[in-house]
Amino acid sequence: MKLTGAQMVCESLIKEGVDTVFGIVGGAILPLYQTLPEYPQIRHILCRHEQGAGHAAEGYSRATGQVGVAWATSGPGATNLVTAIATAQMDSIPLVCITGQVGRPAIGRDAFQETDITGITLPITKYNYLVMEASEIPRVIKEAFHIARTGRPGPVLVDIPKDVLTDLAEFIYPDEVDLPGYKPVMDGHPNMIKRAAKLIAEAERPLILAGHGVSISGAYEELKELAEKAQIPVITTLLGISSFPSNHVLYTGMPGMHGMAYASLAIDEADLILALGMRFDDRVTGRLSDFAKKAKIIHVDIDPAEIGKNVSPTVPIVGDLKRVLLQLNDQVQPKTHPQWIKEIDQLKERHPLVRAKDSDKLLPQHVIQEITEATNGEAMVITGVGQHQMWAAQFFRFNHPNLFHTSGGLGTMGFEVPAAMGAQVGRPDLQVWSVAGDGGFQMTMSELATMVENNIPVKFAVINNNCLGMVRQWQQFFYDKRYVATMYTHNPDFVKLADAFGMPAARVTERSQIRAAVEQAMAHDGPFLIDFQVEVEENVFPMIPAGQSTTEMMEDPIVEGAIWR
Amino acid sequence: MAIEGQRKHTLTALVQDRPGVLNRVVSLVRRRGINISSLAVGHSETPELSRLTFVIDGDDYSVEQATKQLYKLIDVVRVSEFAEDQVVARELALIKVRTTAASRSEVIEIVDIFRAKIVDVAPSSIIVEITGDEEKIDALMALLKPFGIREVMRSGRLAMQRGQEILAQREKSQASSNGPHASAPTDYEGA
Repeated sequence: MKLTGAQMVCESLIKEGVDTVFGIVGGAILPLYQTLPEYPQIRHILCRHEQGAGHAAEGYSRATGQVGVAWATSGPGATNLVTAIATAQMDSIPLVCITGQVGRPAIGRDAFQETDITGITLPITKYNYLVMEASEIPRVIKEAFHIARTGRPGPVLVDIPKDVLTDLAEFIYPDEVDLPGYKPVMDGHPNMIKRAAKLIAEAERPLILAGHGVSISGAYEELKELAEKAQIPVITTLLGISSFPSNHVLYTGMPGMHGMAYASLAIDEADLILALGMRFDDRVTGRLSDFAKKAKIIHVDIDPAEIGKNVSPTVPIVGDLKRVLLQLNDQVQPKTHPQWIKEIDQLKERHPLVRAKDSDKLLPQHVIQEITEATNGEAMVITGVGQHQMWAAQFFRFNHPNLFHTSGGLGTMGFEVPAAMGAQVGRPDLQVWSVAGDGGFQMTMSELATMVENNIPVKFAVINNNCLGMVRQWQQFFYDKRYVATMYTHNPDFVKLADAFGMPAARVTERSQIRAAVEQAMAHDGPFLIDFQVEVEENVFPMIPAGQSTTEMMEDPIVEGAIWR
Repeated sequence: MAIEGQRKHTLTALVQDRPGVLNRVVSLVRRRGINISSLAVGHSETPELSRLTFVIDGDDYSVEQATKQLYKLIDVVRVSEFAEDQVVARELALIKVRTTAASRSEVIEIVDIFRAKIVDVAPSSIIVEITGDEEKIDALMALLKPFGIREVMRSGRLAMQRGQEILAQREKSQASSNGPHASAPTDYEGA
């Protein structure tokens, strides 16, 4: 039977198991939208900005592990998706973005709302397509989903001219994809597995550095098995948080620029690092020449290009982390390292994360701690980028995998609002908290309207310090407190703002008010906002300045024997 | 090359003939901060597959990175680097040289020494066609320069492995074992 291009897009999405689409309508994509009523299986959520639609699709994907789908029209609709696509590319998030394009005869003539979106997104997508024939749609959508979700996941953009959406063609959905240049390696090379197992057996001070690959490949149990069997302490990267239980005796925190001091110091002392599904980001390693100087390195990643990019491993293993860990767990023998574990415990004692100063002032760390206590480590947490993100990474505790989502690689302010919305849509069974900065919140807060409209019950904790806090911190430390372009002199009243959007809100200005407000938010059946007006000049500690190492680490001054350089 | 560790590397990529594939390859190499000094594109012996031959300046690290990043492109089926001592490399150049009645015979003499060809003659210029490695072409151009070179067109380097082995076999055997992506990490097997 012949279908229109638009019908074929919907049929193909259903074949790929899509049930939710985030988007905004417009001229070029109109034929696709006008077909939607024929497909009630697809829930479309009308966003207020395409960046919001893109991040919502990302949030949905991060929360569910499914491919997120966003739609936008040509020109500005498509360019507004760009930030979300780049965020997804940096964090390996499977997305399929479908954009309308001007009709084929108009392409290349600078038509109204024409932009070369496949050209623009070339370096920030895993792959992209401009579909010039309706008959190609099924194959392209099939390939797009396959590419997005397999190997190292990532965003794929499919640009479809308006007249291709209205053209008729036979709908034949292929069973398989034919991509001779794309065959991700799944199993680790047996020789490498053998060598890795030998290194683990020989190591006296082994350390696991677990990254995003754990949750992407679903290797939570396999990681736990390896750590427990060989008694290896586990450090998680920012995107690895919640991939290992926070209350586990082997859990050793997050390393790097604002990670726990004991985690970074443990890396200095380790003789073997198992880097599992992580990519040695500069925020983790600091100065490369000083990173893990005493350690041999086993690096497992599904992306061969990550092997040797920043750190040269002793044993490289390319493969899907879950499958590699299954192979490895077969060969690793039970072992203990009581002396090493004792040393790490001492590091934890000597360099603790200062849980919260005993202060009556409202500190952001108090807020995070009270939310984590009230939600009992069961809530899903979404953050943007900056100080609030680092406090959230330091102080939240998670009992289950895949509960912490943040814009890690790209560091996108404003991610926290729409991504939380998408996450909540994907996981209606969980309570979703968006921990937001007042700066990032104002970049994407228009999506509050979407959440009220669709009763998407995200709880917002706006960590409101009336400034762009992380940059202000850098200015305090490295620019002699010259606060250029970081201080807001007139932030909006976030409680009134929430009211205008039609959602309840509370303002918290004192420490004693935190718990009641958090409980009020949790009890409310719908979206809720809390404006936490926290101390302005509170800093994130510890801090290893960019490009430096643990010897330059600044710890919180109230820690005894703190290093100040 | 003034920078230590830098040398010329000849890479060849077998790619699927899809729209924009050249753009993808070139854009990726640019983004990773590598300079392409020569590029040649054409059909391969297999329909639907094209072969890109390009020369990049870089140290071993950047070439390894470029290779691995190229493999990440969905349209790239196989990437190989030629060892400089096992490669037949040729470039073709067309050179338009200014001539006068007095200088023409001298130019022809030089062209003959280089076993190049004259493919067009006009009252005040001739076009020389030369095939060879870059050094040979550079040398001819240096000798022709005093007469006045008006226009030059160079094809970029084409390269082929010496001996019996052919790229398609390498491609085939790799593809049947573990997929072409496996070839990038297997460099480490003996490491």
